Amino acid sequence: MGLLDKLDKFSSNRHITSIIYIFSVGFFLIIVFLPPLLGILMKWSSIFQIFHQPELLARAQSAIFASFAIALGVSALDIVAGLPLAWLIARQSTKKYVSILDTMADIPFVIPTVALGYSVLLFWSREGISAFTDHVLLSPGWMLIAVLHFAFSYPVVVRVMVGALQDYERTLEVAARTLGASPFTAIRTVSLSVLKPSLVSSFILAFARSLSETGATVMVAGTFENGTVFIKNASDAGLVSPLVYVSFVLIVTSTLIFVTIQVLGPKLRIPVTKVWPNLEKLLSISNVTRSRDLLTLVVFLFFVIIPSLFVALPGMKALSDGTLGQAVSGSGVWATYWKAIGLSYLVAFLATLLNVVTGLPLSILIARKRVRTLESTILDAAVNVPIIVPSIALGVSLRLFWGGLAIPEFWILVLSHTTVTYTYFVRSMISALQRTPPELEEVARTLGGKPLTVFRKITISLTKYSMISGIVMAFTRSVDETGATLAVSKQFKTAPVLLVDWVKGTVPVSPSAIGLGVGILVLTSFISLLAFKLASRRAH
Amino acid sequence: MPHVTVRDVSKRYPGLTALDHVSLDVYDGEYVSIIGPSGCGKTTLLRCIAGIIEPDEGEISVDGRPLIGVPPEERNIGYVFQDYALFPHMNVKENASYGPRVKGFSNRRIRNIANETLEMVKLSERSEARPNELSGGAKQKLGLARAIGSAPSLLLLDEPLGSLDASVRLNLRVELRRLAKELGLTAIHVTHDQEEAMSISDRLVIMRSGSVVEVGKPQDLYLNPQKIFTANFLGEANFLRGTVTTTANEGMTLDVQGERLEIPWRDIPKDVIVAIRPQFVQVSKPEKAPEGWGGRIVDKAFLGDATRFELELDNGLKVTARMPWLGQDVELDVGDETITKFQKDKILTFPHPTGGLESELSTG
Amino acid sequence: MPSIQMTNVTKRFKDIQALDRVSLNIQNGEYVCILGPTGSGKTTLLRLIAGLTSPDSGKLTIDERPVDTLEPEDRGVAYVPQQYALFPHLTVLENVAFSPLARGHGRSEAYETARKVLRMVKLASREGALPHELSGGMQQRVALARGIASGASLLLLDEPLGALDARLRMELRIELRRMMKNLSLTVIHVTHDQEEAMTIADTIVVLKDGTVQQIGSPFHIYQDPTSIFVANFVGGSNFLPGVVAKTERAASIVELSEGIRIRVVDRSYHRGESVIVTVRREATTLTSHANAKENGVPARVKNVSFLGSFVEYGAVLDNRETVISKIPTSLVADSRLPFEIDDRVFVIMNPEDCKLFSSPPLGLANDLETF
Repeated sequence: MGLLDKLDKFSSNRHITSIIYIFSVGFFLIIVFLPPLLGILMKWSSIFQIFHQPELLARAQSAIFASFAIALGVSALDIVAGLPLAWLIARQSTKKYVSILDTMADIPFVIPTVALGYSVLLFWSREGISAFTDHVLLSPGWMLIAVLHFAFSYPVVVRVMVGALQDYERTLEVAARTLGASPFTAIRTVSLSVLKPSLVSSFILAFARSLSETGATVMVAGTFENGTVFIKNASDAGLVSPLVYVSFVLIVTSTLIFVTIQVLGPKLRIPVTKVWPNLEKLLSISNVTRSRDLLTLVVFLFFVIIPSLFVALPGMKALSDGTLGQAVSGSGVWATYWKAIGLSYLVAFLATLLNVVTGLPLSILIARKRVRTLESTILDAAVNVPIIVPSIALGVSLRLFWGGLAIPEFWILVLSHTTVTYTYFVRSMISALQRTPPELEEVARTLGGKPLTVFRKITISLTKYSMISGIVMAFTRSVDETGATLAVSKQFKTAPVLLVDWVKGTVPVSPSAIGLGVGILVLTSFISLLAFKLASRRAH
Repeated sequence: MPHVTVRDVSKRYPGLTALDHVSLDVYDGEYVSIIGPSGCGKTTLLRCIAGIIEPDEGEISVDGRPLIGVPPEERNIGYVFQDYALFPHMNVKENASYGPRVKGFSNRRIRNIANETLEMVKLSERSEARPNELSGGAKQKLGLARAIGSAPSLLLLDEPLGSLDASVRLNLRVELRRLAKELGLTAIHVTHDQEEAMSISDRLVIMRSGSVVEVGKPQDLYLNPQKIFTANFLGEANFLRGTVTTTANEGMTLDVQGERLEIPWRDIPKDVIVAIRPQFVQVSKPEKAPEGWGGRIVDKAFLGDATRFELELDNGLKVTARMPWLGQDVELDVGDETITKFQKDKILTFPHPTGGLESELSTG
Repeated sequence: MPSIQMTNVTKRFKDIQALDRVSLNIQNGEYVCILGPTGSGKTTLLRLIAGLTSPDSGKLTIDERPVDTLEPEDRGVAYVPQQYALFPHLTVLENVAFSPLARGHGRSEAYETARKVLRMVKLASREGALPHELSGGMQQRVALARGIASGASLLLLDEPLGALDARLRMELRIELRRMMKNLSLTVIHVTHDQEEAMTIADTIVVLKDGTVQQIGSPFHIYQDPTSIFVANFVGGSNFLPGVVAKTERAASIVELSEGIRIRVVDRSYHRGESVIVTVRREATTLTSHANAKENGVPARVKNVSFLGSFVEYGAVLDNRETVISKIPTSLVADSRLPFEIDDRVFVIMNPEDCKLFSSPPLGLANDLETF
């Protein structure tokens, strides 16, 4: 009997499969879920110090408020601006330019946020669009932060909504039309309500992203402080109490907000009772819809795409002025740069590996509801927590927790990245598993397949694409991550963290060097994504 | 004046002609069913009439008014879907009120219409329920109530009973016709179930591969089909090859693969296909019936209201017979010798098709 | 030796009693249909036998072995779910070969078996196709082939013909039975279509709300329904409520409302008891003139329906009850139907074809299939 057959036979054993599941749940709870929540509590006492420093307290509180205000505003705008684009992509997929749009919509997603931050900074500065105006259109401050956040959360909304629209049964809309509703009315009163869960989840994802982002925000913040910027500044200045205080408030408030949205979201009713037949008929005519599409495209190009790609310019300049030569030879600052790149990818690899090995059984458990339903619903919700909590606050908490247990800093770094990216992989697997009808696995069992055989030959084959997609998301998210890295370690600098230092001027570097450094990071990201596309093509 | 007129309508998709120059008239207040095998174009035709898709060629008009370019919301139709298409985020009452609401009726009128239509389908007790709490039959009744709520003049039904249990289908199909007639609606009902179509329609339209094969009243199409395809698609039939041997004033004799068959005189060519439905094949013990074709029973199946026999005749022909329940146990069993006769007035003849019998009968 | 034996099996899901003390025996080589409306517990029954769920209480044995300890892959049972569940990423051949491969046979042996079975279902030419490239009827045959290739002697089919159109269903019914009989397989076939069950089964088990209503051959169930539900669900009947007014030696005289009297050859009830008279639709007929002895009840034709083999009339009696009468089309001369709407007729119900049931305490509607 081959090794695979022996393993297959093992899997029939209920005890062994139970142990695997228990280990998976245990890992999640003990390593991923609890430490971020407990770490802060361990330094509970240090919070009280800030209450004796009213100025600092006021600064901290307005920073926290700024985080939530920006996140809320930006997410709402993303939905308003992103939904029409998603609609265009999903409904007009036959037109040629639409498939180009589809790929373009992913750009801000695949570019590391620090690159995006630098690109946006440049675009609105004297070197960019402000070259044509008297004063800088958008200088570092809260508006630039908002524009940046708008750009990088936009593709999240578009991706989620395109997926939802593709799955959505148009029959309901057709039914509304046959009953006398104009296209606009049909969409407003029927489709949006049915798509509500996806609207809510894309809002949550955009919100979480805005709240959590650190590196790029620091680049464009100038002297303004939102929550994550404040934490970084406090960390640099070595102030413990404000650090812990703001982290604590961010963790608790964000968790509360998300739980509220999860619970209230389904109950929230999109206004469908009032109808304005004549007005909505007007809104349905093709001229109106065409202008709306045009406006959507303009916003998309001007606020999202072009700013994202702008960093290509200095990058290309760097190729001609000798900076490339320095980079390749590894001289000067470039030595630390290549070390940072290496570190980024090493940490990403380890974190992703841990996620796959420990997350797979948990995903199966939740998706197939092997545990009694209440427990699996709680697990399902718990899995979302690492995304909700701003990663820098998470990093602070983890340093307190693991540091207290004398775990070496490198491994705390790996664990923090594991925690931050855990949700991406597991969520991807869970939805892929839920999309695969359980009948397929059941039939395979009755035909003689042992559990592991069924898993190998059926489940994995059908979820291969999502699994790879989840792995890539987790991997790129880890490469992208700045906040947690900043909080956990002073000595280990990953590439994005190094680039933030370069841009802020903490390390004196020439602009073309920054451009090249950012460009190389983007290039390596693209290469890993290309590898993914190739792997997934083979999977199909 | 015809209510719905379809003239020369064609619709093509890459690699497939869904509708090929289809013409049809549906008169005011009629209940018409369009039936045919999967892929014959019946649903495509219904969608063209509804305005959900636009034909490539041809004209569709209602009461003389051409409908080209008119969107579905302005065609004053009620459409019932196979999978109900009920709005999941609205309860029964809200679903039923949707049509009047989006048409801008007054609140009072909306309320009255909802109450009336729900009363008509006997769902008033469940006004607050959500669609997912209803049984299949109840869901479809709601779909029906919703469709008639906006006072349409035309009711279009797309395989409305396809997703339901057999027993629920039997009960609900009667309701469909009753409602349409009570409200004076013109109804066009698409289905692949020919018994369903026959039982509730004033007229049937038989389609195949994008074209109309035959149109007529159910009993006319069943007892006197003009096309072989109709004879086979509506109910079932035995098909035998025959040649005319002698003709006299009142009758003619055919040679059907060695056996003699006498039929009343009719104007037919020499080579024909003889068709006889199993319901009109009489099987008896040799001692009870002196005249007829000899043979043997090779299979017998009890169907409840009838018994089905597979017969092998002495000349090698295989014939199916279906004898209705006649009040006592049928005393014929597998292996018995029999005499077979066809009911004279139910024998059908068709000219032998040039393309061969097989292709005439095929559904594709 | 029974192949399957279920004794008092019960299964509950949250607040739904899926199966309630179900007992049945299935012999080797039998073709059994489990017949019932949606929600009657039929699929749960199949899944229990397949091992995909376990009973709350009761005993289940397959070939005399209790199955509590047997995993689905070890039960020797092939399960074909409602939507066939073909593996979308595997070709037809790979789908059919799945079971032999999973059970440890070598590749060439497994593929040989698969090809043999594909030839049996006449799909050998499509062995390289993917499931989504096939029509509904073909997919069904692949699902069957996959089950047969597993070598199981018991096949569980969940609404195998449900997704097909009416014509294809009729054609495939007979083929299905023939194939299963040729292979000497035991089959449990779940359906909501009584016509299908009647045509195809050796034995029918009628299920409603998780309880067994009646078990018997098609003939037996049709001729001798033991409950109003079965009389209605299988074949449809007329139901007329009344009271036993008089009993004779071999018959009862039942009085309906408005003084209408019917003679019924059924002595199961005493004088004064409330009963329901049932008579099959095809066992009634309409005439324009009454023959004094044969239960001729005056009525008026309310609707006419052409069903092909039969013409169905709905006639309203003087007490506003409706009797549905099916007259064979063979008795109809030249396309002219014998009666029209509003004709005054007499409904004839042969006393020997009428049967009595006791009046249900919760009312007639409760026992009939309401939707």
